[in-house]
Amino acid sequence: MSLEIDLATGLLYLLVFPGFAFLFTYALAAEYVDRKLYARLQNRVGPPPLQPLADFLKLLAKESAVPENATERIYRAAPLTGLAGVLTAMLYIPVWSEAAAMSFEGDLVVVLFLLSLPSFSLFFGGWYSGNVFSQVGTTRTITQLFGYEIPFFLACFAPAVAAGTLELSGIVAFVGSNPAYVLVFAPAFVIGLLSLQAKLERIPFDAPEAESELATGALAEYSGRKLALFRLTKDVELVVGAALLSALFLGGPYPVGSIEGIAGAALGIAVFLVKTLAIVAVLSVLKGVLARLRIEQVVDVFYRWLVPIGLVQIGLVLAVGLYAEGLL
Amino acid sequence: MSEDVSGTEIPVGPQHPSLKEPANFTLTVDGEVITGADLKLSYNHRGIEQAVLSKSYLENIYLLERICGICSHAHTTSFAIGVEDLLDLDVPRRANYIRTLIGELERIHSHMLWLGVAGHEIGFDTLWQYAWRDREIVLDLLEEITGNRIHYSINTIGGVRQDLTDEQRETVLEKMDELEERIDFYLETVPNEETVRMRCENVGTVSAELAREYCAAGPVGRASGLPVDVRRDAPYAAYDEMDFDVITDTAGDLLARTTVRIREIAESIKIIRQAAADIPDGDLKASPKPVQALLAQIPEDDAVSRYEAPRGELIHYIRADGTDTPERVHIRVPTLANWPTVVEALRGSYIADTPIVVAGIDPCISCTSRIGVETDGSHGGEDSFNLEELREYGMEWYDERADGGSVTGESGIDRGDRP
Repeated sequence: MSLEIDLATGLLYLLVFPGFAFLFTYALAAEYVDRKLYARLQNRVGPPPLQPLADFLKLLAKESAVPENATERIYRAAPLTGLAGVLTAMLYIPVWSEAAAMSFEGDLVVVLFLLSLPSFSLFFGGWYSGNVFSQVGTTRTITQLFGYEIPFFLACFAPAVAAGTLELSGIVAFVGSNPAYVLVFAPAFVIGLLSLQAKLERIPFDAPEAESELATGALAEYSGRKLALFRLTKDVELVVGAALLSALFLGGPYPVGSIEGIAGAALGIAVFLVKTLAIVAVLSVLKGVLARLRIEQVVDVFYRWLVPIGLVQIGLVLAVGLYAEGLL
Repeated sequence: MSEDVSGTEIPVGPQHPSLKEPANFTLTVDGEVITGADLKLSYNHRGIEQAVLSKSYLENIYLLERICGICSHAHTTSFAIGVEDLLDLDVPRRANYIRTLIGELERIHSHMLWLGVAGHEIGFDTLWQYAWRDREIVLDLLEEITGNRIHYSINTIGGVRQDLTDEQRETVLEKMDELEERIDFYLETVPNEETVRMRCENVGTVSAELAREYCAAGPVGRASGLPVDVRRDAPYAAYDEMDFDVITDTAGDLLARTTVRIREIAESIKIIRQAAADIPDGDLKASPKPVQALLAQIPEDDAVSRYEAPRGELIHYIRADGTDTPERVHIRVPTLANWPTVVEALRGSYIADTPIVVAGIDPCISCTSRIGVETDGSHGGEDSFNLEELREYGMEWYDERADGGSVTGESGIDRGDRP
């Protein structure tokens, strides 16, 4: 009996909440917020709320061609792997309370790995599409990956070091009970935001897809259904990335995380939405006020500035930890 | 020029998102660095110089206006000045003031457009949207004065076709205040924005020597420190009565070209204010006689007229044979003078800089379109023709289409015209 219940809840998590159905809806909603805010910053009207959905459906209905030069299997598989990766990652991130849908010691590492999948799927899809723009774009994707992953990992490990666990639920619980740590994590949060922006290949780190140079880079040959999946992956990645940052640096569902029952869960979700949308908004503003950097400037920013700051952050967390223990 | 270097070849154009009109750059790249660049133009040859020969001088004003949607007034003024020179007409001061006013409004609209495009090319879409919003101020003014946003059709041989009313003068002065605020804002923010600096500083640098050697014109030359400006060097219209500075910079990079253009907008505002405030009373045309009657007297002679278009020096050469159509009209557009600096600046820069380096000269590609003439036989390829072959090819091309009856059937639909 309990196996069936486990299976049922598992499927519920996977397909409805916080899995596919919720993520799909929320990702498109987040895309709307992003596009609308970006448009308002530029003095444009911006799209209506259902525009992201309309775009998605329209792309689904379009012809999804495979170029002659492409390596067909990889080209077809790439959009799916990335999307699968980010959808799975969400299961390990706490949404409505400090407990995630699934968790185990070390799930932070799994989430970080799963969040890298879209970049790799973009690389494989673009590289094997046989287009020269895509190949330059994918080279940049990988170069950029090497740029942001290290500072991103450093930033994400700072709360883990402070909490003494690699389990996201444990980290959320730790930050929830020591809210002052949010201030200690501020530099890591900034690194996390910038790295997430780079992961999503958004301005100022959109050199890999730079439409005015590379005609969207890796995606140049993609069309129809496969392009729709790539775009959905970007949206979901935005939401999952924001959720991860919110869990690691902003205390996840806190200050309401400890309330029991349905009301607590609903409040937790509300807090989750507020925090993630705030992160999305910050990323949109960043997109609105900066110009695109060249790829070597991107790597420069990450290695010269963010890696040292990340290292200092880890040192700071250790020092604060020692200080707190000394007081105890 | 790219045979001796190895590496991936990236074709930029003729269809490419960063190009608003068809041109082709074949970039040879080593990783992200461009090691060689090759330029192909003339994907959109319209044969205007030939078409001009079959139209009367008066009709030609409107044909030449359509060379370019951005410097339309530049072409008509330049042509009109040339023909007036041939006819020995004295354009009234009031008409000259109006020409100057429209010319400067056009310069602002062109520079603002460029600023937006430049923003887009470096991935700064917010700047693009802002610049184009503020460009509407001048477009509205132009529409109010001439009735059109782009093709003003205000010039005629011997003067202008429309007067400037006192109300319009006031609106112009008011709007200039509004625009000046915006320009101050751009002058303050754009060159100081960190990411803009990162993308533009020391990018696409053209030294003063190189600019002089290649005869760079307009803002490109001025940003490299060449104080070239036809408005100052050989004043036409009412520029000899205007007080303005020729803006120069010494850096020669894209940041310098950006600031030079923004500061030129400020100078244009200055000129527009003077023109609107001090416009003298008087006639709009040199002679009360119909223009056709004047043109009947055109002598067998030739004239060269120069005009400082927003992109640089524009030259019209007009040869009259005493009939009602010109014998030859040759147009040297400023973009043609600036292309060599682009090819030179591209070499050694990053792929990522291509769009902004190309856009940096504010290229008008369809203006530059010319049929290439083989001189040394070194550019042969499947696309190369001699005159006989070209004629054959043309006949075949049209025959093929005539056979299917598609010429009559689809002529109205399949034009493929650009806006």
